[in-house]
Amino acid sequence: MDLPVIGNSVPKPAGGCSAGSCGSTAGQMNGLPDDVRRKVQDHPCYSEEAHHHFARMHAAVAPACNIQCHYCNRKYDCANESRPGVVSELLTPEQAVKKTLAVAAHIPQMSVLGIAGPGDPLANPERTFATFRMLAEKAPDIKLCVSTNGLALPAHVEELARHNIDHVTITINCVDPDVGAKIYPWIFWQNRRVFGREAAAILIEQQQQGLEMLVARGVLVKVNSVMIPGVNDEHLKEVSRIVKAKGAFLHNVMPLIAEAEHGTFYGVMGQRSPTPDELKTLQDACEGDMNMMRHCRQCRADAVGLLGEDRGAEFTLEKVAAMEIDHEAAMARRLELRAKVNAELEAKRARAHAPTVPAPQVVTLHRPAKTAQGRAVLMAVASKGQGVVNEHFGHAREFLIYEANEAGARLVGTRKTDLYCSGDDTCGDGESVLEKTIRALEGCEVVLCSRIGFEPWGKLEAAGIKPNGEHAMEPIEEAAMAVWREMLAAGKLAQPAPERKRA
Amino acid sequence: MALEIIESCVNCWACQPLCPNDAILAAAPPEYPVFRIEAEKCTECLGDHAKPQCAEICPIEGAIVNELAEPLNPPGSLTGIPPIRWAAVQAEIAAR
Repeated sequence: MDLPVIGNSVPKPAGGCSAGSCGSTAGQMNGLPDDVRRKVQDHPCYSEEAHHHFARMHAAVAPACNIQCHYCNRKYDCANESRPGVVSELLTPEQAVKKTLAVAAHIPQMSVLGIAGPGDPLANPERTFATFRMLAEKAPDIKLCVSTNGLALPAHVEELARHNIDHVTITINCVDPDVGAKIYPWIFWQNRRVFGREAAAILIEQQQQGLEMLVARGVLVKVNSVMIPGVNDEHLKEVSRIVKAKGAFLHNVMPLIAEAEHGTFYGVMGQRSPTPDELKTLQDACEGDMNMMRHCRQCRADAVGLLGEDRGAEFTLEKVAAMEIDHEAAMARRLELRAKVNAELEAKRARAHAPTVPAPQVVTLHRPAKTAQGRAVLMAVASKGQGVVNEHFGHAREFLIYEANEAGARLVGTRKTDLYCSGDDTCGDGESVLEKTIRALEGCEVVLCSRIGFEPWGKLEAAGIKPNGEHAMEPIEEAAMAVWREMLAAGKLAQPAPERKRA
Repeated sequence: MALEIIESCVNCWACQPLCPNDAILAAAPPEYPVFRIEAEKCTECLGDHAKPQCAEICPIEGAIVNELAEPLNPPGSLTGIPPIRWAAVQAEIAAR
């Protein structure tokens, strides 16, 4: 039986999806033309590989919005929340550029400035483009991108192209106005508020036209969709097919966030969010057609740092004002780090593509009996970046979810958790937080982490999740495959997965 | 006649560039914590638009009122959340 040594190097067996549009971590990059790969190789939101190594920030310069979505309420912004549309501090373009330069000087991994709100960047074109213009002058190495609802996109495509914006994300939740009427109560269009189905039809038309115009200009387009159970969940398969056909590069299906405390229509009306399992099933179903993003963290409109971490509090206006920065030296450090990381990743890809040892010239008269392949296993990984298992279980704020099978290990999602070990006197609450973490890991059979305490070890095992701290500092895919092969050898993968407990 | 922005405004700037009379002033805390309309400049968009532009784009129910203090966007009109439901959920959250 022939098992891959490094999971991500092996092409998937012929399945429902074409090479390059799905598959393992490196697979997402391998299938791309060189020019596209260069565009995404250090963009954490466009490349799963890059997200382990590069950081981004969102500049909150765009407060106004031209539509209302049922999952958003502009009134309820809170520093403790992490979700799109939320910011602590609105910035002027000048302040945003100052902050961006400060962040880029302190975090050399910083490669991208995005404008994603808290409203819609293209409903605030002067502020958005002023920020881009000034930053491009002072830090030409930083990529610029925007995330928009698409309503004002066709009107601004020319200007986006003029500012060398290579990456645009459009949130497209539907292509059918009847579905849209359940998601968007109104839009502001040509000097009036338009409601219901009519509003959704206009929005959809503008989004699709904007997508086509961007693709025609060679801009990479990512499509974000919010999965709303019972509203657009089935419909998103059609959305995925259509945006792929029109040339979108990547589709990111995210789970609805809806809590009554957020004051949103969905939160107040009791619309539920999808379970991690439902989300993954939909992402898997879309994957036959489309390159799917699995590493999105649904970050705030003023997020700073690697995906999954938020260092915004280190860069408030007040703190930034007090910083003394040598911008040229900072840019040199960034370029050096980027070259180093990209060289390492390039070498890794080259190793993955290297011809294997020539097969011995043996004529087999009988085909060896096909060994039963093991089933897929979901593993939760505690990592703080660089693509390795390097986080203590109790310190993990989130877990990367990998699916391992005979073809390799690949990221299929992320799950957030409350910090189990906060290290202060709230620790008496530790047990209930641990219970919550265990619930968040539903469906996983293994947890890979750098270390883990005795108590959580026992509780995880009791919940049917095997903790594993033996692969600390190893690349995630290799560690996951090593564990998977162990499970296979131990005969644990012949039977179906243990019955998953429903939360 | 003039419209007025009241304290529930969230300072989102959406209205400001739309005003045909340049009558909207940005917030300037602490003295002016939210946006304001200069009453002497406001025409409620008569002659320029079919409906007052600030109220047409404002996402916050009740934040813009007329001279009778009536909201141009009454509760439930923008979010679609019935006011009774809103009140019940707020009471439930407060009781937690």
